[in-house]
Amino acid sequence: MGQRIDVKNLNIYYGDFLAVEDVNINIEPNKVTAFIGPSGCGKSTVLRTLDRMHEIIPGAHVKGEVLLEGRNLYDKDVDPVAVRRDVGMVFQRPNPFPTMSIRENVLAGVKLNNKHLNKSDADDLVEWALRGANLWNEVKDRLDNPGIGLSGGQQQRLCIARAVAVHPQVLLMDEPCSALDPISTLAVEDLINELKHDYTIVIVTHNMQQAARIADFTAFFNLKAVGQPGHLEYFADTTTMFNNPQNEEAERYVSGRFG
Amino acid sequence: MTASLEYAQAAGESLMKDAPVIDFDKFQPTRSMIARRKRKDVAMGALISVAFIVALIPLFSVLWTTIANGVKRLNLNFLSYNMSGVIGGQPTASGGYGGIQHAIIGTLEITLGALVISVPIGIMCSVFLIEYSRGGKFAKSIGLLIDVMSGVPSIVAGLFAFSMFTILVGPGTFNGFEGSVALSLLMIPTVVKSSEEMLKIVPNDLREASYALGVTKQRTITKIVLRTALPGIVSGVILAIARVVGETAPLLMTAGYISTTNVNLFSGQMTTLPVYVYQEYSKLKVACPASASASCVTDIPMQRAWAAALMLIVIVLILNLIGRLVARVFAVKAER
Repeated sequence: MGQRIDVKNLNIYYGDFLAVEDVNINIEPNKVTAFIGPSGCGKSTVLRTLDRMHEIIPGAHVKGEVLLEGRNLYDKDVDPVAVRRDVGMVFQRPNPFPTMSIRENVLAGVKLNNKHLNKSDADDLVEWALRGANLWNEVKDRLDNPGIGLSGGQQQRLCIARAVAVHPQVLLMDEPCSALDPISTLAVEDLINELKHDYTIVIVTHNMQQAARIADFTAFFNLKAVGQPGHLEYFADTTTMFNNPQNEEAERYVSGRFG
Repeated sequence: MTASLEYAQAAGESLMKDAPVIDFDKFQPTRSMIARRKRKDVAMGALISVAFIVALIPLFSVLWTTIANGVKRLNLNFLSYNMSGVIGGQPTASGGYGGIQHAIIGTLEITLGALVISVPIGIMCSVFLIEYSRGGKFAKSIGLLIDVMSGVPSIVAGLFAFSMFTILVGPGTFNGFEGSVALSLLMIPTVVKSSEEMLKIVPNDLREASYALGVTKQRTITKIVLRTALPGIVSGVILAIARVVGETAPLLMTAGYISTTNVNLFSGQMTTLPVYVYQEYSKLKVACPASASASCVTDIPMQRAWAAALMLIVIVLILNLIGRLVARVFAVKAER
């Protein structure tokens, strides 16, 4: 089952530069929450703080709290590596490991964590994850082929399978369809609708139709000017966001009259 | 921008109303220009082909001379005997004229020793430079030192190893491992440089993908980054071996020269192929006494030198083939 995330007074820094200021947002379990907003407003940055991927960049740090089911991910005794097992992530560009087959890619998260799997458990996990990513029927006869031999859309679903194979509670997706053609996009969107029964999903997207199609809640991020920190401007359920937003900036953005 | 465009169109005015008039025919290429471009194309094509051939001439010349001169003495007897009991130009009891068994063993062992020292140090150093201290001050100074180190003349590396063993073991120490130390000094910069380049081109996406799966940094580096860069690292190591396997001067000072076979890398002098070639070449000719039989060969040292040189080329070739095979086995399985 998915878990809820509550972000409280989160300030995100790159070195001394305040990138995003004072984010407060409640992400509901087993729902799809979309982050929209203009480029540079920090929506990907916020997303990356939810699994502590943000701090991989030297000098990057945060102030504030991210609570996963009430547990602060930024407590001193929390291991970022463990956080990333609870909160999976799918990236903008499909990035299967080029040295691995389809099967090895799915098992990568478990195997690289040094866990030993016997063959039948591994077979079951591969099938479970690939079925979950709606890729099983396309690849079941060629599991030992290289993962990067697949089409872009299949690669992205392989990356989703790889992420769910670690069995996270939350799935973060950073513009997962922006490098895909419309048919592959549709496949991934359908998949997201399925996945939300088992996971809490947060998705960053530049495509407002996509947000309107798949998200239950939508958060609109904005920035006052270039060089100024981004902030969460408006957060509402998707119907309100796109039909009757109670925020002028958001209304201008979703109706395409931005800037 | 958009607003002014709409305004101009709404007012029924052309956007280009005040723009300067351009005669675009002037910009068309003339027939003479096209002819000139074609002539230039032919001339440059010819020049590049000539440069390519000129570059190949010495390569083929060296290969041809070595094969032509070396193949005469390169036989099983030559490969399986050392130089003990070889007197002048007389044939030995085995029917040959001495051989390079000891030098082949010496070359392989000393190079392997250098490999064992320099590959872990080199790869760990490049991992530190790329994965841990990218662009840091410390990394920059190490990078500078590596650059300086790759320009150190090989004789200096030999001197270093010689003085190091003089201090640690005692004056006048000669052994194969001392030669390995000297060669590893020459190999490390090459290994660091090439591995560094290979680690740099591993896409950051893969590191992030691994971290996002909850994989530790250490396992990300060993299982993803190094694994992806492995074929390139192997080629770099092979290049580094090719650079040091032909070294003569540092080995003469450190590993010494003997005519018998010594398989112990850590004790006693060892001969390597380049040193052997040098020593045989130094003899030039041997005298055949009047009482000697017709099988006495006066220029046998030169013949042995050529044959040993050919063997050295063969060894480098074999190492290259092994390297390519390893690189292919671990190649990134791209289908595109």
